[in-house]
Amino acid sequence: MLGKLTWDALPFNEPIDMAVSGLMIAAVLAILLWLTAKGHWPYLWREWLTSVDHKRIGVMYCVLALVMLLRGFADALMMRSQQALAAGGAQGYLPPEHYDQIFSAHGTIMIFFMAMPFMIGLMNFAVPLQLGVRDVAFPTLNSVSLWLTASGVLLTNISLVVGEFARTGWLAYPPLSELRFSPGVGVDYYLWSLQISGVGTLLSGINLVTTILKMRAPGMSYMRMPVFCWTSLAANLLIVAAFPILTATFAMLLLDRYLGFHFFTIDGGGNPMMYINLIWAWGHPEVYILILPAFGVFSEVIATFSGKPLFGYRSMVAATMAICVLSFVVWLHHFFTMGAGADVNGFFGVMTMIIAVPTGVKVYNWLFTMYGGRVRFTAPIYWSLGFMVTFVLGGMTGVLLAVPPADFVLHNSLFLIAHFHNVIIGGVLFGAMAGYTYWFPKAFGFTLHEGWGKASFWCWFIGFYLAFMPLYWLGLMGMTRRMQHYDDASWQPFLVVAAGGALVILCGILCTIVQLVVSIRDQAGSRDRTGDPWNGRTLEWSTASPPPSWNFAMLPQVEGEDAYWHMKRRAREERTEHAEALEYGAIEMPVNSSTGFITAFFAVVTGFALIWHIWWMVWLGLFGAFATTLVLAWRDHDEMEIPADEVARMDRAHRAELAR
Amino acid sequence: MARPVAVGTVVAIAVASALGGCSGVLDPQGPIASAEKTILFNSLGIMLAIVVPTILATLGVAWWFRAANTRAKYLPDWEYSGRIEMVVWAIPAMTVLLLGGIGWVGSHDLDPPKPISTTLTPVEVEVVSLDWKWLFIYPDLGIASVNRLVVPAGTPIRFELSSDGVMNSFFVPQLGSQIYTMAGMTTHLQLQADKPGTYPGFSAQFSGDGFSDMHFNVDAMTPDKFTAWVNATRGAGATLDPASFAALAKPSQAVPVSTYGSVAQDMFQAIVHPNVPPVAPGQASHAAMHMEK
Repeated sequence: MLGKLTWDALPFNEPIDMAVSGLMIAAVLAILLWLTAKGHWPYLWREWLTSVDHKRIGVMYCVLALVMLLRGFADALMMRSQQALAAGGAQGYLPPEHYDQIFSAHGTIMIFFMAMPFMIGLMNFAVPLQLGVRDVAFPTLNSVSLWLTASGVLLTNISLVVGEFARTGWLAYPPLSELRFSPGVGVDYYLWSLQISGVGTLLSGINLVTTILKMRAPGMSYMRMPVFCWTSLAANLLIVAAFPILTATFAMLLLDRYLGFHFFTIDGGGNPMMYINLIWAWGHPEVYILILPAFGVFSEVIATFSGKPLFGYRSMVAATMAICVLSFVVWLHHFFTMGAGADVNGFFGVMTMIIAVPTGVKVYNWLFTMYGGRVRFTAPIYWSLGFMVTFVLGGMTGVLLAVPPADFVLHNSLFLIAHFHNVIIGGVLFGAMAGYTYWFPKAFGFTLHEGWGKASFWCWFIGFYLAFMPLYWLGLMGMTRRMQHYDDASWQPFLVVAAGGALVILCGILCTIVQLVVSIRDQAGSRDRTGDPWNGRTLEWSTASPPPSWNFAMLPQVEGEDAYWHMKRRAREERTEHAEALEYGAIEMPVNSSTGFITAFFAVVTGFALIWHIWWMVWLGLFGAFATTLVLAWRDHDEMEIPADEVARMDRAHRAELAR
Repeated sequence: MARPVAVGTVVAIAVASALGGCSGVLDPQGPIASAEKTILFNSLGIMLAIVVPTILATLGVAWWFRAANTRAKYLPDWEYSGRIEMVVWAIPAMTVLLLGGIGWVGSHDLDPPKPISTTLTPVEVEVVSLDWKWLFIYPDLGIASVNRLVVPAGTPIRFELSSDGVMNSFFVPQLGSQIYTMAGMTTHLQLQADKPGTYPGFSAQFSGDGFSDMHFNVDAMTPDKFTAWVNATRGAGATLDPASFAALAKPSQAVPVSTYGSVAQDMFQAIVHPNVPPVAPGQASHAAMHMEK
């Protein structure tokens, strides 16, 4: 009846697991009870859970990412403390079967459920506003994407309580991830979570590519798009091209595990090397899917707070698209040590270095954007400068690892761990935090507290160096990754420093939480009345904060790069700034839809049933998802009309604020 | 370290031990490791020459052009300069041109299977990674060893590597290049220890619950001592044959060092290709050639 699911799946015998699970369940129950007691459910359902508004969906993606940052960081603290303790003969407090799950979950959660949703959230929120349009191309599909991602998140977190997570590392290399070596449900949790959320990501990519290619405001040619839109286009093209590879690769591994196929097994003619090639053919574009939107955020932030246009716009566009293409021809540098031969290794080493050229160009262009500017040292600029300093170092160690003979001694060492945290924390996370601080007032109508934002930055910045510089050194001392304990006691001081660094980063996360609470409490004093708190350059700042669901009363006419900057300047020159607007018309907007939420519910049911081999429930879940789609397909009303009066009222209110 | 320690003290200890005793990749003990360390530091030096000025320029420009600095000029429309564009594309391009050369040449010079130039005949060692221990077979000497690799100093070692199950990576940081071990396939690697000594070896590729204990020591000895070790090992103890290998291959953790005094013929080939029937002695060379493909 319940397949492989028995009472043994619950962690009654593992006190740490039991306590963590208990806490998590208690927290979720407390939130649900509070929502019920306060009667927030109708509001939540109407305004958020069924919303197809790209701004709301973007915000929910970012909330999901911040919550998963806490989960992934809890794993990081356990890893750092375990390694700080388990030296010489000591075993620390986490046995291997637990430690192995923690580092696998840490990587999976941080990449798929923290970095990805954060970037997709920022793109969802900002791209349509920057393009001067009312929504993405497929609003209901956007909601489906969000909730499928949330399904993957939920399944991964269920594994904490029911059963186990993968013990294979975040990419689940076979043959270790094959049934013969990993017979438990951990790898199945990993695979089904990522299959379901991967479909969501792919749909989101298709949506944003279509939006950028087909739905720009009148006059916004490609070469007038803000650079964030360009980097978003590149990132989403990568999603569309790379995620099918991931889905197919995982599908083959699932066939091996469920139906006895031999794609990647070590017997029956299977070939694990093929999995490693395929997973990195997705995996390397993936890191650019994460970093390119961050590059876009920094471009916007640096130009805005320098009071200048971005230096070398065309260069930036060319560099972005070069990275987009080159990211598909470097995957083999993840396994120079497989023995592919000198020509193959040499080729991929050189290609990897070539991809550093456009990246280097970007750094210089940001530098020259500040040159001749009036740089306002706000929190987003702190994150941006911290990024430029840190990322240059991370890029350097990346190029070092691209030299095959150097990689032969650094591969899979802590040097590698330090390198990719250097670019992911210093690049992606700093970018996410810069974007979060930059666009927060646009989303909620008030700015975040500067002091706590800067405190968070300093904690992250110092914490990063304390946590990862020792790891670079340990890599050079020959310490390999993923060790639950080690004999060489001379490594321990470095790991203690690294654990201290993790605690400093924890302070940074706490500062962000305090910042949010303080900012909400004091919002009356930091309200953004004009919709343009930073003296912005792009169209999102031309509408109210928060924008009405239709974004713009009239679609803006774009006549050059930095469209809003030029509008403001011309208005000043012609003194037409507050001229009464012209003719308001009614606006058609898509209606809310519960399709995404309900589909995702059935996706969780299906995924859970597949993991535990509960076949009747698999059919139930699939039927439910199919029926939900049918209901959507036959609905009669998919749009509603916003009357012209309503549009006019909101727009006049915004203009009145501008005139004050 | 369990009790609270002031951060300063910890940093001081870390710096002291960093300066005091270099180890691992920083303390190469063979020609491959030395060459790799040289390439590592050359590449690092070339890049630091660009990276450090870039970081300083970033901070300097940001600080000088701060909004409060009235002496800094404001160029609100300056967004393009062909000359600067030329320079900013040229700097990383030229750096990469240089490093690309190092990478390409180094990739060929230090290709793992490439023979080390010497007049001495290399010692053959067949390496098998098991859950979770290392088996070293000396096919020419008819002995085998578990979790301890004994080699003559100053002589190249020709490794042929495979795995009985999951993938691992054979890595002795002080001797240089690591290489994956994969079931059903063989990889090739040549290393050399210049001086007698004991060098730690690891698996660098996570392979499951017993992974952390999957380490071994490389004991490099003078040729005389090595010969003495071989003679003492040969004939003593168990024979490595399909039956004893099956017992060894069962998953086990933190396995102590042991040796086999004799090894059944073509044992390594039998491990790499468990489904291929053993061949008669006369056909061995032909079969081996076939398997190499």
